[in-house]
Amino acid sequence: MSGRQHLLGIAGMDRATIEGYLDEAAAFLEVLDRDIPKVPALRGRTVVTLFFEESTRTRMSFETAAKRLSADTMSFAAASSSVRKGESLLDTVRTVDALGADALVVRHPAAGAPHRIAGWVDAAVINAGDGRHEHPTQALLDCFTLRAARGADLDGCRIGIVGDVRHSRVARSVVWAFSTLGAEVTLVAPPTLMPDGVDGWPARSVYDLDDVLDELDVVYVLRVQRERLGRALLPPMREYYARYGLSEARVARGKPDLLVMHPGPMIRGFEIAAAVADGPRSLVRDQVRNGVAVRMAVLFRCLGAGVSPAGGRADG
Amino acid sequence: MGERTLLVRGGTVVDVTGSRRADVLVRDGVIAEVADGVDAPAGATVLDGEGALVTPGLVDLHAHLREPGGVEAETIETGARAGARGGFTALVAMPNTEPPLDDPAVVAAVAAAGVRSACRVVPAGCVTRGRAGTELAPLGELYDLGVRIFTDDGACVADAAVMRHALEYARALPGAVIAQHAEDPALTDGGHMHEGAWSGRLGIPGRSATAETAVVARDLALVRLTGGRYHLLHCSAAGTVPLLRAARAEGLAVTAEVTPQHCVLTDACCATFDPVYKLYPPLREPADRDAMVDALADGTIDAVATDHAPHPPVTKERPFEEAPPGMTGLETALAVLWTHLVRPGHLSAEQVLAALSWRPAAIAGLDRLGHGGPVVPGRPAHLCVFDPEVRWRPEPADTASRSRNNPFFGTELVGRVRHTVLDGAPVVIEHVAER
Repeated sequence: MSGRQHLLGIAGMDRATIEGYLDEAAAFLEVLDRDIPKVPALRGRTVVTLFFEESTRTRMSFETAAKRLSADTMSFAAASSSVRKGESLLDTVRTVDALGADALVVRHPAAGAPHRIAGWVDAAVINAGDGRHEHPTQALLDCFTLRAARGADLDGCRIGIVGDVRHSRVARSVVWAFSTLGAEVTLVAPPTLMPDGVDGWPARSVYDLDDVLDELDVVYVLRVQRERLGRALLPPMREYYARYGLSEARVARGKPDLLVMHPGPMIRGFEIAAAVADGPRSLVRDQVRNGVAVRMAVLFRCLGAGVSPAGGRADG
Repeated sequence: MGERTLLVRGGTVVDVTGSRRADVLVRDGVIAEVADGVDAPAGATVLDGEGALVTPGLVDLHAHLREPGGVEAETIETGARAGARGGFTALVAMPNTEPPLDDPAVVAAVAAAGVRSACRVVPAGCVTRGRAGTELAPLGELYDLGVRIFTDDGACVADAAVMRHALEYARALPGAVIAQHAEDPALTDGGHMHEGAWSGRLGIPGRSATAETAVVARDLALVRLTGGRYHLLHCSAAGTVPLLRAARAEGLAVTAEVTPQHCVLTDACCATFDPVYKLYPPLREPADRDAMVDALADGTIDAVATDHAPHPPVTKERPFEEAPPGMTGLETALAVLWTHLVRPGHLSAEQVLAALSWRPAAIAGLDRLGHGGPVVPGRPAHLCVFDPEVRWRPEPADTASRSRNNPFFGTELVGRVRHTVLDGAPVVIEHVAER
C-alpha cells in the first residue's frame, strides 16, 4: 500500500520530521479529552503488536492508541526467541504478515530486529524497542511531554540523562531526539555504564552528577538494568544510589524549576527516590498519558492514512 | 590406466620463482614441461590460459566444512567443490564439527573423504578433548593420521597451562603447529561485533580488539617459554601486528593468517544489522583493516585464509545478535583480494598469491604433497588458472557451497578463477566443477 512508512529509529531523523510527529500528537491529545475518545482514522486497518520480549506497558499503550484510531488490533506475544530456536524470525514474521497486518509494532530483545523485519514485509514496521538500540516512540513522547511542560521548544534546554546509558535503548533514542530539537544533552554515568564511542554522540559525558546538577533544567533518570549488567560492571547498588541516585537532597540542590523524567518502569529507592518520582517536579505520569497520543500520531503517519483526523468525528 | 595428458596453453606462470609466459604440460598428474609454445600431444585435454595467470593451486588453512554433524550447511564434497571453483587445490578442514575432530576414527573418516573430493581436504585436529579447553586431545594419534594443524577454532584455548602444555607436547611432532582462535572468552562474553563507536551507537554488545591482543601477548610468551610452534588464526586487530612482528624478529616459530574480509570490510557494515557481516573475530575499524593489509604486505602476516563458514539461510534470518558468526568465502577469496587490494595497488599479485598458495602450503605441511608449487617439471600438477581482467558478480544461485552467506554476492568483482587442476586432472573447467 502506498504512503506507508516505517519508524525504526530517531538517529538520522531531521527536526522537521520529529516536530511533525509532535504536532500531530498534540491534535490527538485533544481527541483523548473528548467524551468518546475515538476517531475513525484507521478504521479497517489492522495493527499487530509483535512482542518478542514482554512489555505490558508499551504494548498496552500501542493497543490503546490503535483502538482510539478505530484500527483492529491483534497481539502476538512470542516467547523469547532464544527459547524458540528452530523457527527463524523470518518464519514468524511471515506468518503474522500473512494474517493481513497493515502495521507491525515490534518489540525484540535484539538490536535491529525491526530493521530486518522491515525488509521482509509489506506492512509498516514500528520499532517498539529493539535490544539496546532504540526506542523511538519513547523519545517522541518524552519530547512531547517536555515541550508541553516547558510551554516552549527544547532549544537551549539542558538535559542530564543519568544512569545506565550503556544498556539503554531509551538513551540511544532520546539523545538524538533531544539534541536534534536543540537541547544540550549531558550524559551522566559511571565509566562502566557509558557506551563505547560516546565521544561521537551529540552530547557531553561526565562521571559526576553533582558536578553538573545545578546547571540542569531536566534530569532524565534511566533504569539500571540489573538483568543486563555484565560481570563486575558496578560496585554494590548502595554505592550507585549514593553517587547517581536522584534523591530528594539532590533535587533540592538543583534549579528550583528542575523537571524530572523517567521512562519506566521505575525502581523507587534504587535509581530515584519515591518522593521525587511521585513529587511535583516529576513528569512521569504525563509521559505515560502522552504516550498514547504520540503513538496515535505514529500509527497514523506510518499508515499514511491521509488527512489529519483532528477534526474527525468520534466513531459512533 | 592410459596416459593422461593436459596442457594449459597461453598463460603467464606465476610462482615463488617469479613469472614468465609459458604453457604447462602435465602428464599423469605430474608437470612434464613448462615452456613457451608447447605442442599439445594427441588426446591431451587443452585448457585455455590466454590472458590468465597460471599459479600453483591455492591452499586454504581455514575452512569449515561442517561434516560430520552440520551437513545442512556444507559437506566435505560441496565445500571442496566450492574450494576448487575458487582455485584451491588443498584446504584444511576445521575440527569444530559434531562430533569434533578430536578422535582418530572421526579424523580418519574426514581424511578419507578428503582424498576423493574436488580439492584435497586435510583435517585439522582439536587441541583439547571436545574443544572444552581442559584436557589435551590425542595429538600424536591424530598426527599419525596426517594432522599437522591443531586448533579448537571457534573456541579460544583460554587456559594458559593448557596452551603451554599443548605447545610443549607438540614439539615431539615434527611439523605440527598449535593454531589459536585468539579471543579471550571473558572479554568477549555476550559480544556480537567489534567493540567501538559502532557497537556503542547500535547498542550491540562488543568484542574488544584487546580480547585478541591480550591472548596473543600471553601466547607469545608461552611460545618463548616452550619453544613450541604457533599459528594465529584470523588476525583482526591492529594491536596484534607489532606483537607478531617482534616475535618474528626474535626468531619465535610464529605464523599468522588473515581473512579477505578482515582486509576489506569494517564494522560499519554491521549498521545494516545484516548478520552476514557477523564474524568472530569481528570486522573491525578502518585502522585495523589497513593494518592487516600492511602486515600482509610486509610479511608479518604470512597467509590469507578464508575462514569459510557456511550457515544455512534459516540461521541468518535472525536478528544480528541471535545469528551464528561466519561467512562463506572459498569461491570469492582470490577475486575479492584481487578486486579490493591488488587492482588498487595495495598489494602485488605476487604478495597475494604467496599468501594464498605457497606460504600456507608450507605452514600446513601441504608442500609435502606438492601443493604451493613451484610450477616446474617433476612436481605434482596442482594448478589454478586465474583470469585477472574478467568482471563478474558472484550470485547465490551459482555457488557450489550448500550455503549462501557471503556478503560479496551481488557485488562486482574483477578477476575470476577459470580452471583448477588437481593431480593433473581438470576439476574445474571454465568455472564449472567437473568433480
